[in-house]
Amino acid sequence: MAINILMPALSPTMTEGKLAKWHVKVGDTVKAGQVMCEIETDKATMEVEAVDEGRIGQLVVPEGTEAVKVNAVIAILLEEGEKSVPAGAPTAAPPPAAAIAAAVVAPAPKAAATAAPAPQPAAAPSGARVFASPLAKRIAADKGLDLSRIKGSGPGGRIVKADVEQVKPGAAPAAAPVPKAAPAFTPQPVFAALGDTRVPHTSIRKVIARRMLESKQTVPHFYLTVDFEIDALLTARAAINEVARKKDAKVSVNDMVIKACAKALRDHPECNASWTEDEMIEYGAVDISVAVATDRGLITPIIRNADIKGAAQISIEMKDLAGRAKSGKLKLEEFQGGGFTISNLGMFGVRDFGAIINTPQAMILAVGAGEERVVVRKGEMVIRNIMSCTLAVDHRVVDGALGAQFLQTLKAYIEQPAAMLV
Amino acid sequence: MAETSFDLIVVGGGPGGYVAAIRAAQLGMKTAVVERENMGGICLNWGCIPTKALLRTSEVYSLIKHADAYGLSVKEVSFDAKKIVDRSRKVANQLSSGVSMLMKKNKITVFDGAAKLAGTDGAKRKIAVALKDKSNVTLTAKDVILATGARARQLPGLESDGKLVWSYKEAMVPPEFPKSLLVIGSGAIGIEFASFYRTMGAEVTVCEVLDRVLPVEDEEVSAFAKRAFEKQGMKILTGATVSNLKKGAKNVTATITVGGKAQDITVDRVISAVGIVGNVENLGLEGTKVKVEKTHIVIDQWGATGEPNVYALGDVAGPPWLAHKAMHEGVLVVEKIAGVKGVHPMKTENIPGCTYCQPQVASIGLTEAAAKAKGLQLKVGKFPFIGNGKAIALGEPEGFIKTIFDAKTGELLGAHMIGAEVTELIQGYSIAKTLETTEAELMATVFPHPTLSEMMHESVLAAYGRTLHI
Repeated sequence: MAINILMPALSPTMTEGKLAKWHVKVGDTVKAGQVMCEIETDKATMEVEAVDEGRIGQLVVPEGTEAVKVNAVIAILLEEGEKSVPAGAPTAAPPPAAAIAAAVVAPAPKAAATAAPAPQPAAAPSGARVFASPLAKRIAADKGLDLSRIKGSGPGGRIVKADVEQVKPGAAPAAAPVPKAAPAFTPQPVFAALGDTRVPHTSIRKVIARRMLESKQTVPHFYLTVDFEIDALLTARAAINEVARKKDAKVSVNDMVIKACAKALRDHPECNASWTEDEMIEYGAVDISVAVATDRGLITPIIRNADIKGAAQISIEMKDLAGRAKSGKLKLEEFQGGGFTISNLGMFGVRDFGAIINTPQAMILAVGAGEERVVVRKGEMVIRNIMSCTLAVDHRVVDGALGAQFLQTLKAYIEQPAAMLV
Repeated sequence: MAETSFDLIVVGGGPGGYVAAIRAAQLGMKTAVVERENMGGICLNWGCIPTKALLRTSEVYSLIKHADAYGLSVKEVSFDAKKIVDRSRKVANQLSSGVSMLMKKNKITVFDGAAKLAGTDGAKRKIAVALKDKSNVTLTAKDVILATGARARQLPGLESDGKLVWSYKEAMVPPEFPKSLLVIGSGAIGIEFASFYRTMGAEVTVCEVLDRVLPVEDEEVSAFAKRAFEKQGMKILTGATVSNLKKGAKNVTATITVGGKAQDITVDRVISAVGIVGNVENLGLEGTKVKVEKTHIVIDQWGATGEPNVYALGDVAGPPWLAHKAMHEGVLVVEKIAGVKGVHPMKTENIPGCTYCQPQVASIGLTEAAAKAKGLQLKVGKFPFIGNGKAIALGEPEGFIKTIFDAKTGELLGAHMIGAEVTELIQGYSIAKTLETTEAELMATVFPHPTLSEMMHESVLAAYGRTLHI
């Protein structure tokens, strides 16, 4: 009998996604494990593989369709001997689990690494003030409508009763579930004038906004800044690259910083940890998240087990991850989790900066530009390559002295790269 | 020779017409107004304003008569009818000439005469004007607004004759005040005259065909008003019809039927205030697509008639027959013509109404009965004047403020007030309704103490069982 292929849930919190691309067409025979389509969620594009064999009878959801609900039928697979899609298909109701014929390439993410969905602020999630009459606000709240998605017809675009009442049930843009806690602040009004442009938020932008806000508001940050002398590191890098070239790899300073951080974390497992209300979780593996800027926003792919990988290996992985991050093709497990984050703005000439902790991690290292500076060594002014870094630390997990010790260890690895081989 | 080609011609210089003209001039339109009588229309010359002057007189007179209650001794109060009327006319004239000045200031050309649609000249409308000096002129304009207003309705058998049976016009300029008066109709116009003449000492009988006075108001307001009028010595007959007027030399005998029983009363004068009809005649509407229903021009929400580039507004375009509604329409119709962005149609439920009898009546939005008829769950609050410090200090402890909310949304559906100065208070609720406030904002508003406005706050609190001073 025909098998309904359903929209998979690519993360525990996913409720809908965009069917970005079909890799198969009607009539194609697919084998288990063959990539059938790409699905775009708020963070990434993921490939969906077939788990059953069969012939594609119908592509129910066309390519490019946004907001396809999880468990909606996206395609129908015909089994051997079946000629056509039976009448009455597709079925709208979610069929039993056995009928699910699509599997996400990525396994379900580690539960410990996945933070519970953060509460949505009650105010306009965009942070911008929404102008609405009190009556419109109340009716919208009663109906569960998100005012930021309603166009106002009142003076200056103010949302009035009539606008809210016009929203048809069903087509209604639903507001996020009302959180129990009140928002911790009232956003300042944004005064949009003629000529200003309103750019709707992408889902990735909303996630960044929510997570950064959550981190800044709930994590007690403190900051430690150190200068690393990186002349030895640069020398070592050049030597490594002589060898790495044969592997088609070119190790960057950042790759070496990743390696050094991983080693330092292995030495200080208390820093490779997360705070939860009941206990501290110290991670067994050293997984380093690396911030990658993309056109769509920031994403942090992970170098797993970076403490035991060579610099060239890290470099090759990083290049691959960064490339796919930019094209939105990271798999879920490639950016979910991690115990420590590195954010490097050195290539922009930024000397030093403080980063926001990538929760639920406890630390993030902000890496500045390596540059020649005049320093004093043994009473003499000399020129050295100096790189300033600022570590942001969750004080609930790591105290100041421990953070400083971590930096001391890190400094030792960076300034004497040979120590990383020990 | 005066200019004859305009962007906009407004026919009628009443509050709707002259405001439309000013707004048009502000928007850079070359504008003309054609007025056959006085600038300012009925409102300034024969309506709102001169009656307010008369009613001020009766108010002061009433206060003086009650001077003793305020600790004052006043002997031999008397009045001079001629002087009272003169004052009223002076006020009207002052304002009418003020409007003429506004026209000048805004470079609006005024033609004294009667205008008529006279076809088109290419893309322009033609207007034929019979000027007061007996000459004729043809004007052209891209757009025309008809704002010709309305006049008293004449019921067969109850027609005003200008001598014994008055319309509002004669009632406003009496050579002497009648000793006894029959007022037919208890709408705003009828009741204001009844109130004025009663205060000035006349025996006043009010006949209302419906079952209550001020029939458009909330039932509780009507009931309270009836009691107040009766206390002042007015005779109120509801469910009453006047069938026959026998005119004598100096008085009129009317046959009034209440509940099938007929009775005759003889009075010095009769005021007929049985509604109004639109001034739709002699406008050249015949053969155009301008539609007239029940003596009023049919318009859409932007004032457009069926005829291209011909608009109508104010009393001639239908109820509510209120100057402030006409003025607001004047602005919105012109802005729509000019293509101003963000123009909104008028919301009838947001137009307040005021009646300047004693006690005053003011209201906005739905009555309790109308709100109930919509099937809405209501929260109704009421606060009496007797609970307000300022009202007691003023010696005006009679009246109440009633507010009606949608229990589900907190929308202020209506507000109804009766008592001293309520006509000056109602705007607070007008703003509230326009801004779509709920009870929460009204409760959170700080009302100054000691003022009558505190009752507006208390009434809202009362609707939610939270009133403080009663």
